[in-house]
Amino acid sequence: MTIVIAILAIVFVILTFMVVSKTLSIIKGIKDTGSEENEGYLGKPNKYNDANGLALLIFWILSLAGVFWSYFSARENFLPESSSIHGRQTDFWFWVSMGVITTAFVLVNSVLFFFAYKYRYSKDRKVSFYTHNNNLEIIWTSVPAIVMAGLVFSGLRVWTKVTADAPQDAEVIEIMGKQFAWAVRYPGVDDNQLGGYNFKLMDDANGNPMGVDFADEKSFDDFSNASEMHIPKGKPVLLKIRARDVLHSVFIPHMRVKMDAVPGMTTKFWFVADKSTNDMRKELGKENFNYEIACTEICGRSHFGMKLLLVVDEPAEYEKWKRSQKTLLAENPKLLELVPANLKAKAQKYLPVEEAPVEESVADASLSNSSKVLK
Amino acid sequence: MSAVSVENVHTHDEHAHGEHHELGFIRKYIFSEDHKIIAKQYLISGIVWAVLGGLLSVIFRLQLGFPDMDMTWLKPLLGDWINESGKLDPNFYLALVTMHGTIMVFFVLTAGLSGTFSNFLIPLQIGARDMASGFMNMLSYWFFFASSVIMFISLFLKTGPAGGSWVIYPPLSALKEANPGSGDGMTLWLVAMALFIVSSLLGGINYVTTVINLRTKGMSMDKLPLTIWAFTFTAILGILSFPVLLSAALLLIFDRSFGTSFFLSDIYINGQALPNQGGSPILFQHLFWFLGHPEVYIVILPALGLTSEIIATNSRKPIFGYKAMIFSMAGIMFLAFIVWAHHMFVTGMNPFLGSVFMLLTLIIAVPSAVKGFNYITTLWKGNIIFTPAMLFAIGLVSFFVSGGLTGIILGNSALDIQLHDTYFVVAHFHLVMGSAAFFGMIAGVYHWFPKMYGKMMNSTLGYIHFWITFAGVYFVFFPMHYIGIAGFPRRYYQWSGFDTFSSYADLNAIITIAAILTFLAQGIFIFNFVYSIFKGKKATENPWKSNTLEWTTPVEPIHGNWPGEIPTVYRWPYDYSKPGASDDFIPQNVPFSATPESNLPEETELIKSEKEIEGIKFDTSIHD
Repeated sequence: MTIVIAILAIVFVILTFMVVSKTLSIIKGIKDTGSEENEGYLGKPNKYNDANGLALLIFWILSLAGVFWSYFSARENFLPESSSIHGRQTDFWFWVSMGVITTAFVLVNSVLFFFAYKYRYSKDRKVSFYTHNNNLEIIWTSVPAIVMAGLVFSGLRVWTKVTADAPQDAEVIEIMGKQFAWAVRYPGVDDNQLGGYNFKLMDDANGNPMGVDFADEKSFDDFSNASEMHIPKGKPVLLKIRARDVLHSVFIPHMRVKMDAVPGMTTKFWFVADKSTNDMRKELGKENFNYEIACTEICGRSHFGMKLLLVVDEPAEYEKWKRSQKTLLAENPKLLELVPANLKAKAQKYLPVEEAPVEESVADASLSNSSKVLK
Repeated sequence: MSAVSVENVHTHDEHAHGEHHELGFIRKYIFSEDHKIIAKQYLISGIVWAVLGGLLSVIFRLQLGFPDMDMTWLKPLLGDWINESGKLDPNFYLALVTMHGTIMVFFVLTAGLSGTFSNFLIPLQIGARDMASGFMNMLSYWFFFASSVIMFISLFLKTGPAGGSWVIYPPLSALKEANPGSGDGMTLWLVAMALFIVSSLLGGINYVTTVINLRTKGMSMDKLPLTIWAFTFTAILGILSFPVLLSAALLLIFDRSFGTSFFLSDIYINGQALPNQGGSPILFQHLFWFLGHPEVYIVILPALGLTSEIIATNSRKPIFGYKAMIFSMAGIMFLAFIVWAHHMFVTGMNPFLGSVFMLLTLIIAVPSAVKGFNYITTLWKGNIIFTPAMLFAIGLVSFFVSGGLTGIILGNSALDIQLHDTYFVVAHFHLVMGSAAFFGMIAGVYHWFPKMYGKMMNSTLGYIHFWITFAGVYFVFFPMHYIGIAGFPRRYYQWSGFDTFSSYADLNAIITIAAILTFLAQGIFIFNFVYSIFKGKKATENPWKSNTLEWTTPVEPIHGNWPGEIPTVYRWPYDYSKPGASDDFIPQNVPFSATPESNLPEETELIKSEKEIEGIKFDTSIHD
């Protein structure tokens, strides 16, 4: 790699100096233009004038070659085709817009640099005293306006669809950003509903980092997985996004999903992933491919390290995986202390079986704890 | 001072001169009320800041281009920010990014650009002896200076300068526990910015007042050079939007120090739930971007104004579509206020609001495009002289077009989902407002240097400077589009933790090398600048054969600008290569009666009104 860099660095230096030396070599043959009639006219075109005009044109031609070459060499590292349905739509319009702006980029810059070259100073040129042309102004106001209107219209349609309410049957998953990791909670297999939460219940030391409210019986079957997030293929997934300390942003590059995580406010994003992790491994020919979730809102020292693996399962596998997960209560029986006395019996079901003997002390603790919750 | 009546002008001037000679060094060069000195103060401060801001970017580019590099050799400069294993501290990386952005946007491209050229050119181009209030103008600079000192001091704090990026979104910027940069560094940042805003308001109010009140005889609004239009629009933008940033900063100060909850709610940090409830971080983003977006036009409009003047002069041709240029700038100014939330499409803002802002954002592309087309048509059938200023102006147009076009994609909320906070955005704004505004500023310095210092800058060095910088900027920022399309997030210390972002190591290294070379090339400019001040070739009154009034002043700038009466203006500033005229330019102070050979029919009509213009007497009495 170092060699490549070194070579490219040298190429860059050479290129710059080529332009300068080209300038110098061209001007050798050129006599000093301009008459000495006006002593005060220090800004009259000097011997480098033609060379600079030519250099601008050459620069642009080299740049065009560079742009297209670099595009084709860089694009092998672009993200593969989107793994979500809406992502393919936004990608489609992205590339349509890219087509439009690349055309404009090439045209406008070409005209700019060509004019700079073509109309470089010449003693005999008759400059046209051309101050304005309202028709031209109207044309180049309305053409961009019409193109823009087309892009706005297409963009609006996609945007409305992407941000519409999630379908009723969407798989709801909660993801919470914190410095510097993601925490994910699933609604569980029994009630399929997320229990409530409250930031005042957050407690890292006692195993409740997400502040799950165990006074809410919907929380009992909720489970969490710290190492990876699983979602089903082909089924709408609704991410309920929150943060507990500073802003974060959920970014799933392959799914074209991004939404900020905001303390004090739940945000959401729903999408349908229609390529499982295995599908992608086959498609890309990469045995160890994994979807990744990154953070894209600056959140402090390890902003660059907020990674979470995302696994897209076939629906059946996903259901199986869900069943195999231990509930929050089973993972950390201490959380039973947070369950109010009247629901204890219900909560017992989600505890590991061998936990029975400590019943009495738990009941005591729960009294003091439920009062804390009430407060 | 310029609103003097004709009869009084001579006596008044002598009086002014008497005063001028008695001024000591301190009043003349340090606490000066002369707009030209203040402009130079802004320019030199801006250059110093630009070097520093560029240096910071080189350091973090080293980290991004060569993440495995042993940076022990930077220890003498950065001290403990390089840890024992020779790695840059990730917190300091964020501080570098933050300070680079803050310095470049505010201290270089706002103060350095508007501060320099609005101050220098407004009185000279409208025909005024000085700003409406010289004292306010002086205050403006010294508030800026105080702000600079505080911001500079923050770089040396033990906990580092502010580190929450230049947008300082709370809660990160509000909670000391969240980031060391959110401690004292952030406090100093906020104090410095509050002073900066005061400075900017004092300046802006002065600019607008001067343009409205102190134009010389005959200088009607439709004869103003486009530079003045641009500075005026810029000042209005600043006056209306900077106070909103001040309010955001004040509320943030309250949240940080006095336990309020404007932007904070439901926070658990360091094992503790904070008492704050009911605030909204989104509110801060609205307030911030209500300035933040106009700010990018505050940065680019003056650069476009300078470019208009430079391109017309050096094409030896009138600027094409003078009125269309004014209307598009007015349109940009108006729309600049109502597009801010396009920075917030994916912050959880109501998606309907996203649709509205997307619509407004894409509308603003139209006047911007019109400006680009007008510049290009000005070149058409011109007779172009490539002074260094002209080359930089052409470079600006190219950057403005190339960078502006990607704005069409980012302004589209559906496409922004994927691209938001990736390198695509970094590429976009560095081209369209960073490099373009920077090129405008450099072009302005090359063009008006003779009027500032009475000397010429060396043009060969100017050409070398231009070519390295122009190629360098494209080398640095063009490849970032690819990196952005591949999804690489901004403000990452390194990407190697992600398989998705494990490519492009070579490309990042190239960008870093190009950035370093481009940065070093600015040394050529600084050398040229300093050398020419002392040893440059002596300039003449009007070295570029330009039409505007500043070129009618003496070579050595004097207090009060014109030794005698202020010239009267009879024509627009763009009579270049007028058919029939003896030379290829006719300055604004040449009456139509003196140029019967080149007058257009409607201009011959105007000869009648010349007496009227000359007879204007300004009312200098002070009203209640």
